[in-house]
Amino acid sequence: MGYKAKTRFWHALIIIFIGIICAIFVIPVILIFSASFTSSKALADVGYRLIPPQFSTEAYDFLLHDPTIITQAYGVSIIVTVVGVTVGVLIMAMLAYVLSRKDFKLRGILTFYIFFTMLFSGGLVPYYINMVRTLHLKNTLTAMILPGLVVPFFVLLLRTYFSSLPKDLFDSAKIDGANDFTIFFQIVIPLSMPAILTVGLFLMLNYWNDIFQALLFIDVNKLTPLQLTLYNMINDSFMDTQMNLIVGHPVPALSVRMAMAVLALGPVILAFLFVQRYFVRGITLGSIKGD
Amino acid sequence: MSMLSIQKKTDVQLPVTGQPTSGFGRVFKSIATEVRKNWLLYLMALPAVTVVFLISYMPMPGIILAFKNYKPGPGIWGSAWTGLKNFQFLFDSGIAWQIIRNTVFLNFLFIVAAQVCSLTMAALINEIYHKYVAKVFQSILFFPHFVSWVLVGYFTYAFLNADNGFVNSVLVQLKLAPVNWYAEPTYWIPILVFLSVWKGLGYFTIIYLAGMLGINPEYFEAARIDGATKLQEIWYINLPLIRPLVIINVLLAIGRIFYANFDFIWNVTRDTGMLLSTTNVIDTFIYRSLAAIGNFNLAAAAGFFQAVAGFILVLLANWAVRKIDKDQALF
Repeated sequence: MGYKAKTRFWHALIIIFIGIICAIFVIPVILIFSASFTSSKALADVGYRLIPPQFSTEAYDFLLHDPTIITQAYGVSIIVTVVGVTVGVLIMAMLAYVLSRKDFKLRGILTFYIFFTMLFSGGLVPYYINMVRTLHLKNTLTAMILPGLVVPFFVLLLRTYFSSLPKDLFDSAKIDGANDFTIFFQIVIPLSMPAILTVGLFLMLNYWNDIFQALLFIDVNKLTPLQLTLYNMINDSFMDTQMNLIVGHPVPALSVRMAMAVLALGPVILAFLFVQRYFVRGITLGSIKGD
Repeated sequence: MSMLSIQKKTDVQLPVTGQPTSGFGRVFKSIATEVRKNWLLYLMALPAVTVVFLISYMPMPGIILAFKNYKPGPGIWGSAWTGLKNFQFLFDSGIAWQIIRNTVFLNFLFIVAAQVCSLTMAALINEIYHKYVAKVFQSILFFPHFVSWVLVGYFTYAFLNADNGFVNSVLVQLKLAPVNWYAEPTYWIPILVFLSVWKGLGYFTIIYLAGMLGINPEYFEAARIDGATKLQEIWYINLPLIRPLVIINVLLAIGRIFYANFDFIWNVTRDTGMLLSTTNVIDTFIYRSLAAIGNFNLAAAAGFFQAVAGFILVLLANWAVRKIDKDQALF
């Protein structure tokens, strides 16, 4: 074999190998998808298959017949995510701008103040007591929004990005009489869209997929976000008792569960197709050291 | 997270303006001048500073609960001191040893598996010269990063549940005995390692791929002239040149080795009692003690251990990173 033929052989082998791995990566999604289109009875009899042994839309019929449980879960998750991302990005960017100002007196102290929380925390018990007894946030939307608003790592990422902007811009704006507020909104933000977008998307993913805060602080139905609804639905007794009570008749639990998983996964797949390149850019952005 | 260097210039000398009367008056006056001059900056920092205070700093003093017998009535400050009793129970019962061992051991396996797999994958994808194919592969591998751990729990359940899971139905078709997966603790070590790779592979692959793409092509040309094979190129050029990146990722992960990923372990093992001997980690133990059992004392003691041990380890890891590459250190 010549050099060329040999490399072509290896090249093909690499593609086949990674192709197989990618197939393994996708199988879980196919399995869930297939199971959601199988009747509960078939699932119980023959088990989960990659192709539905007997096509059935019973689970979707059930869920869409009375979509309250879905709309409610989605509603809560959307509110938490939209508010969290909007407020979070805004206040993190403002802080990052202040920290990027080399002439700001408290720059060192404030950076340490934010940074220290990445190294040390009081632990879950004091955190829980603080949230529930001191701040009285049990069963509130705030309990799901507040804790994720400021992520030290994102603040540092934004600060690094802002620091790399040309200083002359700020100076000339100042001479023209602009204050820090105007500089921030009219110069810094428009010039930093890649970084802001990246942080926004990462934050969005954090909020959308978060279950921990809801698990700790939410126990009423109308405030249950999507992830917690999913978490509850994998529990057999929840399906047999609570769901039964809500809908008034027995639930085809096995397939409904999988249909719910598909309904939760679908938007994530769609979003992924659109935004993944920004994430890829963001990851490489984070690994370009700055300052 | 590795890559940010923080400037620690904590010179807070304020400009002296006006006539200094006394030391205190002078400081006060200069602070007032500074705030008046830059009040907008202070205002802009305020919301985030407040959030961090409410969420992170307010709970910090509560760490003393590890040495108290917490009662909701008297609260954190009013509850009685118990010395080391909480720790004594935690260590005497063998729980401490179990959760520390599981946390560190599983994290160690996760770190090794993640680095080995993602380096291999990045090196392989880097060899693909159909850029479109490489992009599609990279996207598929990255996809799990977007899936919540709750859904990963669903996947695991669909594969492994004893009655009608996918794996068991395949085993039955192959005339093999089905396995009661949720009752076999030892199997869960490789299962968890596999899932952590599944979830994290794409992320690290992207980082390393970006590193490899940045390598000067002249090295490869020189190697080819010398008659190096592809494997030799990868081994003697690709890997050594991104080694600093790998070392830093590993050190930072080691810095967090006492912190388990709660969402991961909790959702995937579904807190199955039979599996606790290998899957009970510090974070799930703390949550279970707090939320399910209501034993604040044990949870606080375990949390104290985690916070202190974790803090020391992060400092050590950062010190090691600093020795290798000052710019990559966290502080």
